[in-house]
Amino acid sequence: MANKLINQMALPKSIANIFAARNIITAKDALSLTEFELMELLDVGMAEVTSAMAHISEVVCPPCQTALLLMEQRVRNESLAGHLPTRLKGLDEALCGGIPFGVLTELVGPPGIGKTQFCLKLSLLASLPVNCGGLDGRVIYIDVESKFSSKRLIEIGTKSFPEIFHKKGMAQEMAGRIRILRPTSLSEFAESLQRIKVSLLQQQVKLLIVDSMAALVLGEHDCGASRQQALGWHVSFIKSLAEFSRIPIVLTNQVRSHIGDESLMYSFQAQSRPTKEDNPVTFDSHLVAALGINWAHAVTIRLVLESRSGQRFIKLAKSPMSPPLAFPFNITSSGIVLLDDDGIEMKGPEINTIHCQGQNALFNFEF
Amino acid sequence: MEIGMLPISASKRGKLLAAGYTTLHSIARTSPTHLARDIEVSESEALEILNVATRTSTLDRSCGSNTNIIDGGQTAWDMFNEERFSSLITTSCVDLDNILGGGINCKEVTEIGGVPGIGKTQIGIQLAVNVQIPLEYGGLGGKAIYIDTEGSFMVERVLQIAEACIEDMSEYSHHFHKDNQAYGVKMHPNSILENIFYFRVCSYTEQIALVNYLDKFVTEHKDVKIIIIDSVTFHFRQDFDDMALRTRLLGEMSLKLMKLARNFCLAVVMLNQVTTKHIEGSFQLTLALGDSWSHSCTNRIILYWNGNERHAYIDKSPSLKSASAPYSVTSRGIRNSTSSSKRIKMV
Repeated sequence: MANKLINQMALPKSIANIFAARNIITAKDALSLTEFELMELLDVGMAEVTSAMAHISEVVCPPCQTALLLMEQRVRNESLAGHLPTRLKGLDEALCGGIPFGVLTELVGPPGIGKTQFCLKLSLLASLPVNCGGLDGRVIYIDVESKFSSKRLIEIGTKSFPEIFHKKGMAQEMAGRIRILRPTSLSEFAESLQRIKVSLLQQQVKLLIVDSMAALVLGEHDCGASRQQALGWHVSFIKSLAEFSRIPIVLTNQVRSHIGDESLMYSFQAQSRPTKEDNPVTFDSHLVAALGINWAHAVTIRLVLESRSGQRFIKLAKSPMSPPLAFPFNITSSGIVLLDDDGIEMKGPEINTIHCQGQNALFNFEF
Repeated sequence: MEIGMLPISASKRGKLLAAGYTTLHSIARTSPTHLARDIEVSESEALEILNVATRTSTLDRSCGSNTNIIDGGQTAWDMFNEERFSSLITTSCVDLDNILGGGINCKEVTEIGGVPGIGKTQIGIQLAVNVQIPLEYGGLGGKAIYIDTEGSFMVERVLQIAEACIEDMSEYSHHFHKDNQAYGVKMHPNSILENIFYFRVCSYTEQIALVNYLDKFVTEHKDVKIIIIDSVTFHFRQDFDDMALRTRLLGEMSLKLMKLARNFCLAVVMLNQVTTKHIEGSFQLTLALGDSWSHSCTNRIILYWNGNERHAYIDKSPSLKSASAPYSVTSRGIRNSTSSSKRIKMV
């Protein structure tokens, strides 16, 4: 939209020529200057600039819809009104059906907690036919750290959906819909995304998984500012990809240790903060999500996987649709299984801190 | 008054200066024919320059009469009378409404910022629903424009909040009009959804274009009473190497929004993200987009965690006291906090 050419916008000839003469070719060029600056640059009166800009703005501006129209469209065109069910009852209920289409869902947790297991299960679920609760589509799995195990994928499939997988050739069909890409750098990743865009347009790809986003970004730049900028650009791009293709995109993230003994506060809170002598410095063994606060704002749903006193929990730490709930889970041969579908509601700082206690057995498989 | 301040093109200004016209007073005395001859433009252009000049100069000419000293202004008394009847949009949380003086004010630009997950989008959606509360229930009966830059507008959640709002209204009418069955609420959640105009913006160019277009849109839809931008920050945070340009563009955008709020008597609510800043030797949280941006809104509310409770703090307002109030986000939307001691803390 922003790259629309001004000479194709049916502006009066005289003003269109002036725009071209001053090298303002696309709408973005024109909108990146204030009206006063345009007046100076184009050497025309304020009234003409205002009316030309009003015309350009109307052409570039996104279409108007009503919330009702949105809902009806999604109910009509998309499976389950735009959700991919995870088969974890409590989580699906909290998310109004499952992982939502068109937005970014983040999975964050310490190593070995089960993020890749969850991703494997999701890719399987998306490739299943619609009558089994799947999306009947292809999956693109961006495997940065080479953690994808096709053997484990088939195992999850056969244990969770025995009636499908024991049929001849089904395992091959399902596994054949999952394409694994292994980019080694952020730029390679961006290139693969550009190529994927075409298949998205043709609506064959129904799920994109990036495992893990942190490894892609953190391996690249040392300095904070350039890393934030690179991340920012890629996040915008992935978001717009999700948006226009209406598919779910799941990204995994790492954790880092929490530096400092207190959480960040606003300046007005600092006045009521107790002095440092009152609070002994506690070394809490908790972690926080990597990739920074911009990233935390950019994702729409954040699922935190953590372990407290030997029990693993999956927490819905950020969701526009439900309160922050924590569900205990285990990893079995058929993937992740919730132990309790009701979930415990969390409050306050507990929502975003990530615990990694008592995780002696990394995988407690039950066979 | 100098020629340099007239909103005319640079070449015309140059010609005026070259011909010796440096002040407005000097132009005011000539006729269009003389001016056209002196600066070598057509008569119609000269007439246009004179019109612009007279319009600009009336603004600071004093006539000496009491009530109309400056053309186009308003006396404080008139404004006070207007404000007494000005419309407020409730947030559905009594404590929050109290520190806001009754609710979000129409004719003003309010900025609400906070960390991810604190409830900014929730408040945005709640306001988009509450603006539609009919006049009989103390609302404005208006429509809402929701500008979504991040994709966080979940229709399922809007439906939940709309249904809860209708239930609350019918409970209220049942309570106060027990004998009169005719007061049943006739609203359907779908009609609430229909009155929320939704725009999805994917770049800062689209955001600026949309704000420019809103003037025309609101003229065609006069019952829009609130514009919510969620969030105003997202597209301006990446993609900008030239920070000075960003400040200028943001400044122009916020001026346009203020004009919209004033001219059409509606509320503008901007949701903002947070960033960390190094102040007085330590890192602190602050709202994004910089220091110059913090001047762009009329009121500024910061949402934060106070222990296990969500609180809202009035950081900046010309008429409201700095206070903080607790609120909670429930499955029905924004509601009062469930804590037993619901005190409002005055800072």
